[in-house]
Amino acid sequence: MSKEIIKIENLKREFIMGSETVHALKGISFDIKEGEFVTIMGSSGSGKSTLLNILGCLDNPTSGSYEIDGVKMKDLTKNQLATIRNEKIGFIFQSYNLLARTSALENVELPLFYNSKVSSEERRERAIKALKMVGLEDRMDHTPSQLSGGQQQRVAIARSLVNNPVMILADEATGNLDTRTSYEIMSLFQELNKQGITITFVTHEPDIATFSSRTIVLKDGNIIQDKLNNDVQSASVELAKLPKEDH
Amino acid sequence: MRLLNLLKIAFKAIVLNKTRTLLTMLGIIIGVASVIAMLAIGEGSKESIRSTISSMGSNMVTIRPGADDRGPARGSGGDVQTLIFEDYEKIKEQATLLSHITPVVNGGGQVINGSNNWPSTIFGVNPEYLEIKAVGLQSGSMFTDTEVKTASKVALIGQTVVENVFPDGQEPVGQMIRFNNIPFKVIGVLEEKGENTFGQDQDDIVIAPYTTVQKRILAIDYLNQIMASAVSEEDASEAVEQVTEILRTQHKLMDNEDDDFTVRSMEELISTFSSTSEMLTVLLVAVAGISLLIGGIGIMNIMYVSVKERTKEIGLRMAVGGKGSDILMQFLIEAILISITGGLLGVILGLGATVFIENFLNWPTSVALYSIVISFAVCALTGIFFGWYPARKASALDPITALRYE
Repeated sequence: MSKEIIKIENLKREFIMGSETVHALKGISFDIKEGEFVTIMGSSGSGKSTLLNILGCLDNPTSGSYEIDGVKMKDLTKNQLATIRNEKIGFIFQSYNLLARTSALENVELPLFYNSKVSSEERRERAIKALKMVGLEDRMDHTPSQLSGGQQQRVAIARSLVNNPVMILADEATGNLDTRTSYEIMSLFQELNKQGITITFVTHEPDIATFSSRTIVLKDGNIIQDKLNNDVQSASVELAKLPKEDH
Repeated sequence: MRLLNLLKIAFKAIVLNKTRTLLTMLGIIIGVASVIAMLAIGEGSKESIRSTISSMGSNMVTIRPGADDRGPARGSGGDVQTLIFEDYEKIKEQATLLSHITPVVNGGGQVINGSNNWPSTIFGVNPEYLEIKAVGLQSGSMFTDTEVKTASKVALIGQTVVENVFPDGQEPVGQMIRFNNIPFKVIGVLEEKGENTFGQDQDDIVIAPYTTVQKRILAIDYLNQIMASAVSEEDASEAVEQVTEILRTQHKLMDNEDDDFTVRSMEELISTFSSTSEMLTVLLVAVAGISLLIGGIGIMNIMYVSVKERTKEIGLRMAVGGKGSDILMQFLIEAILISITGGLLGVILGLGATVFIENFLNWPTSVALYSIVISFAVCALTGIFFGWYPARKASALDPITALRYE
């Protein structure tokens, strides 16, 4: 049995809004094992974002436990959480969040700037390697404005890979992309997943979920569905099926 | 390592916003440049005062009758008669830190040569006067001690007197002149010294043995002052104390009585007159300092806007592992880099302005190293001080809200 990357038990998160307490997560439990490709689905207000923030170590749960790679998150200080984010998690955002007027290579290097164990030579090497993995080795000097949306997201994926995280956390990573580019990105994710990288993908698009090995559906702060996908679609195959672009 | 990384990050941010950075720096640049230029003007005028005063006689120590008359309504020391020849003798005998000393009596009068006459001042001194005042002879010779003893009617005259009573360019040495109708034989001409700092013509002078002036012209038995020179410039202030001690004993003053004389070294005189220019310097620097302050506020303003504008970037940096302290340092370093670079450019501009002032406005300037060091240090402090608040604000951002900020 493979190692558990994420272990969540009876996780609750409450927000106090004036006199009212909002229960965003009402005690959820699940594990994610190494090498899994999990999509977390749910409509807005389902607690998806809250869960994502906690998974990404940007937020602490009110109660319950959260372990990532064997490290208990509860009661970690802000700085310790920052270190976990730096070393264990690779973030990918819907709006790419690349630094403007900064080359792809430098964007990918960014997380390593906050890891003082990495020398500047190693930083460059690893960034180049990550860009190769996403197929952008010939675009390293381009700034985000010189790249298409799909390419920008690839840079963001390279950035999430560069610190060798135990898990990649993608937040609506295909939300800003057209279907074709979405499938391209998903096919890249599937490739990375085949290489053993654990991926947690938050989305509200059901077709994206068909590319993952497991889907967790949230509603009103509870898990209403958690099923393994026995029929994983190949994104590259789906991509080939799409009608050719006109231009 | 971590600091180096943050330095690189901050440097990149600055380079990415060249124009804005330069505009932000402008305040600092102007502030520092004006501080340096103003201090250079202040120092320059102080130094020119110092050098003119020094040219009036190096290491000079003057002893005047009457209490310190620097305060208001004390009356001039000139009409007080507490300084007598015995005081001079005592000082000459006891003061070890003085190399030369002369009694001085002086009075105004008319210098007459035939049909030419000219109002001037006669100084009765002894031969050591030349050493004390650091003045040389253009022609002729100084009178001797014997001539002092016998109260000979011999005199030396300064250039202004020469020009006015010997307008035809004839050689004054050997000629007879009259001062207040007393005939004097001119035995020497003093070298030209020009005006002193206070606009007094130092060449409008007649010098004669003090005995002659005392008895034949002024008919007094006291001295107007005693002039001396200290062994060296460093000994001047100690010499002042020594002379004060001697005179207090000589005048039999009790401990609770004030001095009835004033001993001053050139050094003190310099500081008295420098204080005016110092005051001016303080004012100039205050104005320049205000512009530096405004420059600092400019930095704060831009950094504050920059934090707002880059909220999302800050969120991202936090998401990929930047700690609050990293963000704080990044923005602080950015502010410091801006202010230090601005300071550096300001120093260059200030030095340039100083050269301009010196060469085109002909004002004496002198760049003091301390002015560069201080304005530079102030710059760095400005960066820290005014960068702190926005940086603090950036580091306190919640990564979740920062990431979602639009």
